[in-house]
Amino acid sequence: MTEAVDLYRTIRYIRRFEERAIELVAAGEIASGIHPCIGQEAVGVGVVAALTPDDIVLSSHRGHGHLLAKGCDPARVMAEMCGRVTGIDKGRGGSFHPSDLHANVYNSTGTVGHGAAIAAGIAWTCRPGQVVVNFFGDGAVTQGALLEGFNLASLLRLPVVFVCENNGYATTLPVETAVAGTIIGRGEAFDIPSSTVDGQDVEVVLAAAGTAVQRARTGGGPTLLEFATYRYYGHHTFELKARMKYRTQAEIDRWRARDPLDIAAARVPADVRADVDARIETELDEVVAFAVGSARPDPVDALEYMYTDGLRARAGVVGDA
Amino acid sequence: MPRLSYLKALNRALGDEMDRDPDVFVLGEDMKFALTNVTAGFLDRFGPSRILEMPLTEQGFTNFATGAAMAGRRPVVEFQIPFLLLLVFEQITNQANKFRLMSGGRLSVPATYLCPAAGWRAAWGAQHSDQPYSLFAHMGVKTVLPATPTDAYGLLVSAIRDDDPVVFFGPIATMGVREDVDYASLGPIPLGVGRVHRAGTDVTVVAVGHLVHDALAVAEELADEASVEVFDPRTVYPFDWAGLAASLEKTGRLVVIDDSNRSCGLGGEILATAAEEMRLVAPPKRITRPDGAMVGASPELDVALQPTRAQLTEAIRRVLKS
Repeated sequence: MTEAVDLYRTIRYIRRFEERAIELVAAGEIASGIHPCIGQEAVGVGVVAALTPDDIVLSSHRGHGHLLAKGCDPARVMAEMCGRVTGIDKGRGGSFHPSDLHANVYNSTGTVGHGAAIAAGIAWTCRPGQVVVNFFGDGAVTQGALLEGFNLASLLRLPVVFVCENNGYATTLPVETAVAGTIIGRGEAFDIPSSTVDGQDVEVVLAAAGTAVQRARTGGGPTLLEFATYRYYGHHTFELKARMKYRTQAEIDRWRARDPLDIAAARVPADVRADVDARIETELDEVVAFAVGSARPDPVDALEYMYTDGLRARAGVVGDA
Repeated sequence: MPRLSYLKALNRALGDEMDRDPDVFVLGEDMKFALTNVTAGFLDRFGPSRILEMPLTEQGFTNFATGAAMAGRRPVVEFQIPFLLLLVFEQITNQANKFRLMSGGRLSVPATYLCPAAGWRAAWGAQHSDQPYSLFAHMGVKTVLPATPTDAYGLLVSAIRDDDPVVFFGPIATMGVREDVDYASLGPIPLGVGRVHRAGTDVTVVAVGHLVHDALAVAEELADEASVEVFDPRTVYPFDWAGLAASLEKTGRLVVIDDSNRSCGLGGEILATAAEEMRLVAPPKRITRPDGAMVGASPELDVALQPTRAQLTEAIRRVLKS
């Protein structure tokens, strides 16, 4: 049984981690910018709370929360986002495409929707009882590749939990103008048990994920969970400069009133919270110091890690040209 | 000595690797009936857990193979027709081939993409006749294009054992090529190592895939006029540049015959690299398909766009005169 304080701590940690990351974007330390998950942390935290360390996660481009919840070293995640050699992927995955086999985070493909069939392929190799979770956003449900993944997972009755974080927008496009039919209807069409669940209350998320994970563990095949959630920031931090008005302040305020952090906080006594919060600040100071203080990659190594056998790609110029 | 066909060599290589390594499995379409004949007999021999019948979901099963490969299996993904490689170009080049880099060297994707019907077949029309190996080389995906049964055996074994994604093109025009072989001598052939099929001193002809056989025929026809060396890189990427340089060191003259389209094709890359870095005493020539070749649906229209022996003969004579 996961304690309320643990759920609160992880949500708070992710929130403050990303707020610190946004500062590092502004400071030029994170050159790529990031896709913040602030506002939708409860989905990743609740789903991963239903998993064991042995279970496998495939994340998305909005994945920092998933990685931290799954147990990746926060300092090395932040270093990765800063493109440093101490990062979980030595600065080759970045904020967008991280993986961390130590935490069983296999990858975060940038090709929206294409993680579903990769997840199915991993699930096909799983030991009995082991489960794969594939996170994606509402933008993925209009990709054919996602449906191919659903078909294979259902056909082969694979232990996958498909988690759609429906935050209402595919970059700027509102979900209701992009998706014909429903999101869970896509799962149901493939005989996959599918449900829409509140994504703001972490305990509700955990309960739904627990049922789906149990089904997968016991040979019951895949589940599709659509979590209704919201991102308080833009699709990507570039929106802090390019202020595109595709949603109203009233809508943002309405979702702010159901902040997953507040909902989780209300279950934890104030004095305990104060202690948790203070520790997080101290830890994050160390995380940021580690990331920013780590060495940048040597440009000489830019062709490293492309191939397993040491094959070296030819350089773009020959001799002294 | 037994006669081994190219097609049978693929069947034998794949079966031998599946015997040797339980992580090797095959997925593709029409497996139950082994439509391409590469997996003939395999469903009975290895069972449905290693011969996966897939629906028409090429992007889906290519990604599925990536996932299984990341988790330690060795998928061999069969595509019946080369244009399917364009449908899954993103899944191979942008995903499978990049997870190694994106994970800082921790993940590997030991997948083989086997296309045993690559290239042109008379009158199959515009969408069934491309030969897209240069595209994979352009994207840095290991790509092999063997010309003989022995090389097909050896390079398929090596492709399966390789820890990176490898695309295997088996030209349809080579499927019936036969060779006397001693089965005991069959073994892996390393990627990136070319083969001199015929030694010569006057001109180097670089030929790939089924065109190797055309080049050998032309070299024989011209034997009284010129000493033609036929160099087959066997692997399109990584290319055996050292092997080519050694040949040009002898001959100093170069003709390439390549089944790619002209712009940005393998032939252009070979000429450019030779011109920049190797010994050439005369301007080189290449014979390719035209720019953006789109073949028609009648034999006359598509044969008109294929590289020919006559073109090769003419090119060799011109390069020898200049």
